[in-house]
Amino acid sequence: MRVFTTARTAFKALRRNPMRAMLTTLGIVIGVGAVIAMMEIGAGSSSSLKKTIASMGANVLVIRPGTASSGGISFGVGTTTTLTPQDCQAILRECPAIHNAAPIVRARTQVVYGNRNWVPNTMYGTTPAFLDVQDWSILAEGEPFSDRDVLNGNRVCLLGQTLVRELFEGESPVGKEIRIKNISFRVIGVLTPKGANMMGQDQDDVILAPWTTIKYRVTGSSLSTTNQSASTAATDTVNTLSNLYPADQISLYPERSSVQQADNPMPVRFANIESIMAAANNAGEISLAIEQMTALLRERHHLRADEPDDFSIRDMAELTKTLSTTTTLMTNLLLAVAMISLVVGGVGIMNIMLVSVTERTREIGLRMAVGARGRDILQQFLVEAVVLCLTGGAMGIVLGHGGSLLVQLLLKWPVETSPAAIATAVLVSAGVGIIFGFYPAWKASRFDPIEALRFE
Amino acid sequence: MELIELHGIEKTYQMGDISVPVLKGISLSIRQGELIALTGSSGSGKSTLMNILGCLDRPTTGEYWLDSQETSRLSSDERALLRNRKLGFVFQSFNLLARTSAIENVAMPLSYAAENLSDREARGRAAEMLGRVGLADRLDHYPSQLSGGQQQRVAIARALINRPPVLFADEPTGNLDSRTSEEVLQMFERLNSEDGITIIMVTHDPKVAGYAQRVIRIDDGLIQGDVPAAGPESEAQGGAV
Repeated sequence: MRVFTTARTAFKALRRNPMRAMLTTLGIVIGVGAVIAMMEIGAGSSSSLKKTIASMGANVLVIRPGTASSGGISFGVGTTTTLTPQDCQAILRECPAIHNAAPIVRARTQVVYGNRNWVPNTMYGTTPAFLDVQDWSILAEGEPFSDRDVLNGNRVCLLGQTLVRELFEGESPVGKEIRIKNISFRVIGVLTPKGANMMGQDQDDVILAPWTTIKYRVTGSSLSTTNQSASTAATDTVNTLSNLYPADQISLYPERSSVQQADNPMPVRFANIESIMAAANNAGEISLAIEQMTALLRERHHLRADEPDDFSIRDMAELTKTLSTTTTLMTNLLLAVAMISLVVGGVGIMNIMLVSVTERTREIGLRMAVGARGRDILQQFLVEAVVLCLTGGAMGIVLGHGGSLLVQLLLKWPVETSPAAIATAVLVSAGVGIIFGFYPAWKASRFDPIEALRFE
Repeated sequence: MELIELHGIEKTYQMGDISVPVLKGISLSIRQGELIALTGSSGSGKSTLMNILGCLDRPTTGEYWLDSQETSRLSSDERALLRNRKLGFVFQSFNLLARTSAIENVAMPLSYAAENLSDREARGRAAEMLGRVGLADRLDHYPSQLSGGQQQRVAIARALINRPPVLFADEPTGNLDSRTSEEVLQMFERLNSEDGITIIMVTHDPKVAGYAQRVIRIDDGLIQGDVPAAGPESEAQGGAV
């Protein structure tokens, strides 16, 4: 009852000077508005990020060979060749937490159809399991290659949408022949569009083929050369002493023609693969899957207990965590900026309350004369400051929410209404009112009624 | 015991190293129902005495018994409570809250009262008080819409809202013309005779003092004269001590 009366008195006192009250609360309005908008936009982007990551396959694990090192210099992940297709099969067979696994061999080379050519971003040699791991099993057209194709090293491939657009200009590529490094591949299927991934990489700029075909026919065509330009350059370079900068490898054996290479590929010593993509049963079993795979691969690679892993396992959950940490950091940063504006707003409140206390000295004296105690005066001015801040807070909530809706509408940013943000804003604005209203209110409560009544 | 009793009240202000005695030992007793004028030249100490009587200030030494309660050693909160319950104040400059209606001005002291009246009860009591001072038709007027005399009557209604036994008036007619002054003074007389409210007016206007039953003259911090006034009203009342 008394608090209610005090709040009403405070409202009346503020209504006596509405323009000043409005300008005073502006700081709080902007501060709270900024907090609300930041929190809503932050929540929206982090949840849309989570969705993106989930659609990328949050339970996918990538196993890559470890680093090679020589004389204390390490060459980074993937510089040794320790993973084999048999590792992949063993993982699938012996790790119960793994749902499916596919070996991956990569190549980067030109693809030609008719008079058009294109260098796809991603050229993967793999098994049909890859489609399952990537949640890409439904094809737009045609059908996937089979395990038999992998065993035979058949020259078949699946194309991503970007390649279809670039090479075939919209006509159906199924059944057509394309050439990859002068080896002709039959297109047997077209992948569904996946769009860009969260790093902005076009996931449709892809060509999938059996890993045996890529390994033996496209990249690993001989023991001595893995690189097309090096092999062509080697054929017409004369080994001479006048060559000051011999950059090329010296061939120990006579160069074989490409026809010979295509007809009779020399087997590599052991078939290493570049990475294994494995899918855990679900996102919750990722750590279990990592444990099982680590144990299995260490055993298969004959590593002693004190030796480091010669492979590394990356999970998307780690990526998810990193990214959500980043967004949290961004949100917190913006929140800190918004908080600063709240503090500035609070100083404004304090300033105006001090002016108001001075201006109303006689009123304070009168109230004391008719029986107001110091704490009644303190309460009155404190409530006034809090009412000011809460009103500002309410307007800030409307402004901030409106702002974030506008951002959603105009910039198409994802936005999420967060009740927590609104509760925080209310608490913070009341807190600002109490903190910055306290000093002026305390000052007023310490007035001497006689002096105050005599104040002009 | 009388309503108000002062015993050897002294008040000394400390101005740095110099102590300035303002009241130099005042003893006084006031009965319930008196209408008193406190006069004296400026600087005589009558305002200080008024502040002490009104429990706004504490004496340096001496005892002040108000309604059988020794008040000179009360804390400021206790004095605030006392002012709220037992004392009413009317000021020279009215001191109404601007942009606040008459009825809300009158009801204001109720919000500090111990008895928690509901909003309707408070408004009812305030309206009744305004009726008693003849402003029943001005409840929702703002001070700026009222004449000086009307404003002072609102202030009187405000002073009486908690039904105090004592009413202090500090130069109540100082800002009024002679006609409205008379209205206000007649109202004081009526309140005094009809409701038995003890009224203490501080004034240096002999005309105002003429309405009192008893005139106390202060000079240089001491009571120099304490006489029953020779007004016609005071004779009708049967004089004073």
